[in-house]
Parts: sequence; C-alpha cells; structure tokens
Amino acid sequence: MKVLVPVKRVVDYNVKVRVKADGTGVETANVKMSMNPFDEIALEEAIRLREAGVATEVVAVSCGVPACQETLRTALAIGADRAILVASDAELQPLAVAKLLKAVCAKENPQLVILGKQAIDDDANQTGQMLAALLGWAQATFASKVQVAEGRAQVTREVDGGLDTISVKLPAVITTDLRLNEPRYVTLPNIMKAKKKPLETLQPDALGVDVAPRLKTLKVTEPPKRQAGVKVPDARTLVEKLRNEAKVI
Amino acid sequence: MSAYVAPLKDIRFVLNELAGLAQIAKFPGYEEATPDTTDAILEEASKFASEVLDPLNYSGDQEGSKWDQGAVTTPKGFKDAYRRYVEGGWGALPVAAEWGGQGLPRLVATPVEEMWCSANMSFSLCPMLTQGALHALELRGSAELQKTFLPKMASGEWTGTMNLTEPQAGSDLALLRTRAEPKGDHYLISGQKIFITFGEHDYTENIVHLVLARTPDAPEGVKGISLFVVPKYLVHADGSLGARNGAKCVSIEHKLGIHASPTAVMAFEEAIGYLVGEENRGLEYMFIMMNAARFAVGLEGVAIAERAFQRALAYAKDRVQGRDLAAGGKAVPIIRHPDVRRMLMLMKSQAEAMRALAYVTAAALDTAQRHPDRGVRQQTQALVDLLVPVVKGWCTETGIEVASLGVQVHGGMGFIEETGAAQHYRDARITTIYEGTTGIQANDLVGRKIAREGGATAKALLEELRTFDGELAKSASADIQALRAALAKGVKAVAESVDFILAHAGKDPRVAFAGAVPFLKMMGIVCGGWQMARAALVAERKLAAQEGDASFCSAKIATARFFGDHVLSQAAGLRDAVVNGSGAVMALSEEQFLAA
Repeated sequence: MKVLVPVKRVVDYNVKVRVKADGTGVETANVKMSMNPFDEIALEEAIRLREAGVATEVVAVSCGVPACQETLRTALAIGADRAILVASDAELQPLAVAKLLKAVCAKENPQLVILGKQAIDDDANQTGQMLAALLGWAQATFASKVQVAEGRAQVTREVDGGLDTISVKLPAVITTDLRLNEPRYVTLPNIMKAKKKPLETLQPDALGVDVAPRLKTLKVTEPPKRQAGVKVPDARTLVEKLRNEAKVI
Repeated sequence: MSAYVAPLKDIRFVLNELAGLAQIAKFPGYEEATPDTTDAILEEASKFASEVLDPLNYSGDQEGSKWDQGAVTTPKGFKDAYRRYVEGGWGALPVAAEWGGQGLPRLVATPVEEMWCSANMSFSLCPMLTQGALHALELRGSAELQKTFLPKMASGEWTGTMNLTEPQAGSDLALLRTRAEPKGDHYLISGQKIFITFGEHDYTENIVHLVLARTPDAPEGVKGISLFVVPKYLVHADGSLGARNGAKCVSIEHKLGIHASPTAVMAFEEAIGYLVGEENRGLEYMFIMMNAARFAVGLEGVAIAERAFQRALAYAKDRVQGRDLAAGGKAVPIIRHPDVRRMLMLMKSQAEAMRALAYVTAAALDTAQRHPDRGVRQQTQALVDLLVPVVKGWCTETGIEVASLGVQVHGGMGFIEETGAAQHYRDARITTIYEGTTGIQANDLVGRKIAREGGATAKALLEELRTFDGELAKSASADIQALRAALAKGVKAVAESVDFILAHAGKDPRVAFAGAVPFLKMMGIVCGGWQMARAALVAERKLAAQEGDASFCSAKIATARFFGDHVLSQAAGLRDAVVNGSGAVMALSEEQFLAA
C-alpha cells in the first residue's frame, strides 16, 4: 500500500510572525522556514505504517516555490522513500493545492493520503477535506489514532465533545491532530541517505490544474494589542460588567 | 529561564563566507559536505541540542553525577539523552567510513559540537573524549585493536576516556608512575589516575580507557611513557563482553562546575591492557592528537560564550529597571541602558570573533589533512600549529570573561543559581585549565610555535594581515575604516612582540615567557579582529548587492566595528606588557611576595 504525505513549507513555529509593512501578507524573507508541524506528524504516522508492514511506500509531496525542496529533503531524511515537488511560484490557496494533490493522486494511486489538519501559517484547515471531496474518497479528520487493516482505516478523531471513532473504507484521506504521535528526531545517517533518494519535479500545467487564486487578500494586519485587565471586587460586578460593558451575556 | 537557540545564521555565514566550506567540500573524501547537506545537518543538530540537551543542562548541574560503590549514576535524563544521541548516529559524524562513520570534515563537525556544548557542556564532554580516544586508536592502534574497538566507539555504543593525569603528574607527565608489566600478548596495568572525564558512568555497557603508563625497563621522563587500551570489560574475539577488568572508579570529584560530568579517580589493579603502537612512544602519540583535543576545548569557550550571551540578552530584554537616559518616563528593560548594551556587545562581538577564528582554524585542520598539494598541506599545518594554542587559550579565557559578563548583566540575580547565569561561569572555569592550561598554551605558542622556527609562520601570518589591509582600504564604510585602523595597530603590536620574543627567547627565555599569556591574548584579539574585518567586508558587499539578510549584515558590520574599538584596542596595551613588562614579572624575591 502506498501512502502519500503532502507537506507544506511554513514559517518555523518558533519564529514570531511579523506582518509586512505594506500589509499584503506575512514577512517570510530571511525568516526560518520549516515543515508544518502537523505534516511532520502525518509523515511520522505514514512511516510507522510502513515500519509496521502495513504500508510499502511513503511518498512526500509539496506544492510551491523551489525552496520547498528543502522541506522535501527533510521529509526524505525523516524517512519518506521519495518526493515530488509540484513547482509553482504562484500563491497557492487550499483549493488549488487540493486540485494539485488530486492530480498527483491520479498519477500515483495511493491508498491513503495523510496530511496535517491545518498549516500553522494560514490555519485554513481546508485542504484535506477539499481533497477528499474532489477525489470522492472517505475522509477522517483530526486523527489522534489510526489503525489500518483489511482495506479499512479505523480512526479516532478529536472532536469538541471528546473522541469520535470511525471506520472508513480505503482509499481515504486522513488529517492529523497534535496528539497522534510524537515525530522522531532525524538521524545523521538518514540525512546523508536523503540526498540520494529521488525527488521529482512536476509542473501544474502538466497536471492540467489551474492554480489561479479564487480568494483575494485585501489586507493583513497584526491583531490589536491586548488591553490590560482590571480586577473586580466581587462576582456581582463581574456579571454587571459582562452584561453591560462586554455585552456577552 | 531562556532556552538555547543555535545561532544558525551566524554559523552559516562563518562556514560559507569565512571558512570556505565549499572549498573544503572539494577535497577528496569530503564530497558529501556540500552546503545543502551541511545545512540539513545543522538544522537537525540544532533541534537535538535545543530540545533534548538544553532542557537537561540546569537540572544536570543541580543534581550532579553520583558515585556509589564504584558505580556512577548520571543525572536524571542524561542516560536517555545519550541513547538518543547514539540512535541519531551523531557520534559517527567525523569518523571514517571504514569504522561506520560519515567521514565529514572537521569544519562540519565543529558547529555541531559547538551546539552540543552550548546546550549542555557536561553532556558534550563524553562524546568529545570518545572522539579523542577513537582518534588515537585510529592513528596508532593495531588492526586487531581497531577492529575490536573502533566500530563500537564510532557508533557510541561504547565510550572512550583519556587517562593521563596522576596526583603527582599533572602538566608535567614526566612524573607519571602507573606501571605496565608485560604478560604474554598483553600488559598488566597498575596505578592511580585522576581527573578522568566520564571514567565511569551508566550510559553504556563498556568503557574504553586509554591509559599512559611505564613498562618496567622504560627510560625516565617523557621518553618512557607508553599508551595502552584498557577496556572496563574485556572483549571476546566474537565481540561479546567478557570478564570485568581491574579498572575501577574509586570516587568522583566535587567540582566548581560541569557537575553532570563525572570526573573519576581510577584505580588500575593489574588491569589487562593492550599496547597502542610501540613502547615508549605514548606521549608522542598524545601529541599527534593534541591539536584536535586542544581545538575542541577552545571551541568550548566559544560555545559557553554564546550560551551565556543568549541568557544575558533574554534577561536584559525582560528585566525592567531604571528610566531611559534620554527619554525618561517609566522604567524600561535594562537593554536600553548604555552600559548593559556595552556588556552585551562585548559578549556578542567576542563570541562571533571567536567562532570565526575557530571555524577558520577547523577549515585549516581539514586543509592540512586533505589538500591535494603537499606544499599547501605543510604550510597550512604550520598555520594550524600556530593557531591551535591561540584558539585554545584565547577562546577559553574569553569564554570565562563573557560568562562573567553574563552574571554581571543579571545583577544580583546572576549571583543566584536559579537564573542559570552562574552555571555558565562555573562550567567555563575548567576550560582554561584542562587539556593544557593557558600558561601551557602560551608557552607552546612562544616557544615551539614562534621561537623554535624563528617566527617564520607568525611573520607569514603578519604579512597576510598587511596584504589584507589593502582590501580593507577599498571600503567606503566609515565603520570598516575605523576597524581597519584598529587592526593595523593590532598588527603592529603583534609584530613588535614577535620581534621581542625572537630577540630574547634564546638568551633569556624567562624574559620571553613572562609575557607569553599577554602575547597569546593579543594574538587571539588580532586574529579575531582580522576575521571580524573579513566578515564586515563580506557583509558590506552583500548589502551593496542586496543579497542575503540585510539586518544580519548591518549588525555584522556594527558588531565588527565595536570589536575594533573595544577589543582590538587592547592589543597595544598587551604589547606593552610583553615588551616592557617582563622585568617586573620576575623582579620580586620569593620572600617579597607576601607583605605581612
């Protein structure tokens, strides 16, 4: 069974994100970039499936600028068998990425696509769901446990009310939550081996996908600074303030 | 408490722009060390350092290693961290492929080792010592010894130690007494060794001790010392472990710093040992490894300086105290105060200058090993020999100074253990002592590296610096011109000091050696200033070409300028100490010292 793991290159989670001076987006020049942490969890899960003998091949795929190759090399060092870059300098929105991934799926025929539930840059939480819909496959989102057997995946999902366990027929799309696993540290020998693993580059045109943005970003601003809090003497004042000042009750 | 973040931007800048990584990667056998691969290695090593090693640094210091009935327990988490280090394959980074290593150049190993040490100096010592022992066996061990020990040491499954010091034989190994009685194909080793870093621990099933000892008919002094391998557990021909050998840890020391690193007192009681190389050549073998070992300790100075700087910086941004001198108003973070700035700049500029000099020296170590042209190899080796005592002596002395400034930035809180600033100061304190004190380094520099060859290499270096002045002259930057003037004064100070040393080393060595340490510091400052000036030129070019990170580049120029004004300017004073001050060093009679 082949597992496809889409990985996104994002601003590293340790970096304090800054808005560009002209308000068109987030500053990414000279900023440390890394693999989206949710995707790292997805990749770890796929590799564990391979190590358990459930999967036979793990293919990492990333859509975006040439620098995404670095993210793919990291994926190969973590343990993916090969990698595909869908090269595009355009702004790629979730729907465009889902369409590109659908085209890659048509080419690769994976039984399972595992990806992060969202990327920590735009937090869209859309690509996995859109991909499942476009493919007409089952989807199991926000996974905190995955078991694959006999053509089905049993997935425990983290939902607002607690845990929800479902069984989906393969092929399927799974999106990962934070507690699914703890990704491994990359070993030095695997970094060295990663260089020799295949990395293929595809063009959106060749895949027949129009990646033109459907949404327009009007303005990006920093969130307003939090105001200092006030101490209230008693519960009565609190309720009064919530009702009349904050107007939330 | 602030967390360690590897200064990857500076590390990459120094590797690529100053140390010439791309050039090193062209040497035979180093082809794997491309900038991309090196980048990936740095990224992953920095993660391991920050996430696995750094969180254990403070707790390891507080808890310390514990001895009980010959067994040593390392602080909570260390054994597990070591296991992960081995699983990561990190120990094999610079080791030859023949023994299961990656065969990467010293220049790539250097930043990785810096990160381990910044994150957790105590932890980093065990891999460092293993590397040293491994290197000795690789150079002079028999094929059989190599086959038995090297693969396990390369993987980190077994660790290594260096047993040199005895109670009466510290800096002066001529006095060592441990005996080695030949018995069939091996020797029986008896004696006591002290200050053995990770001489006993709970990380691994076996420990490979390298021990200096004398055979019964050995000549007196340093010419009668042989080197032996003494494993904690004997090893069967099939590689499995046999009987416990007579190498016991009888206690561990209570120290000022590096508490997590167990410093063992080792008792050898007819322990089975195997000769490395030939009898009576042990010290010579030690000298072959000395450059690598001394360089590694110099790097510890860089690492501690970086860590102390980061901690002080975080505190200075957070601690609110006193109003802004110019703007007044409410109390501000102390980083706004000029003197705190000055301290932080001293820390930052010296850490960066030391890193640059250390990495450039690492590149020279690689060049001296692998450059295809024999002439270049020899010439570079002479430069390495000159620079290693400077890197060891200057980077460790400055590491302590920077760690002390780190305490100072914290004010009263720096004197309190909870902030972690004091730990760096305590940990740093050993670095000017072990692997040859600063005095020993300075004597080596003045005696072996300068006087003995008539100052040839030092003069060639000075010539290179004068040529470099021509490049600096082309810069339009006022900062770079100020730095150029400071560097020229520094070069003059070194040149005059070298002449003075050459004039006196023969007829009255005490005059030359009295100023050895000030001379070593001056060499460090001037060589560090040279690297900062090179860095500033690269940064200026990048800014003009709108290439790379503009904020990093402008900071580099300003930091280099600061180094010129505040650090390079000390060279002239040190020159006076060397040239004028030696008489006063020896002036008092021994009775006159105490004015009681």
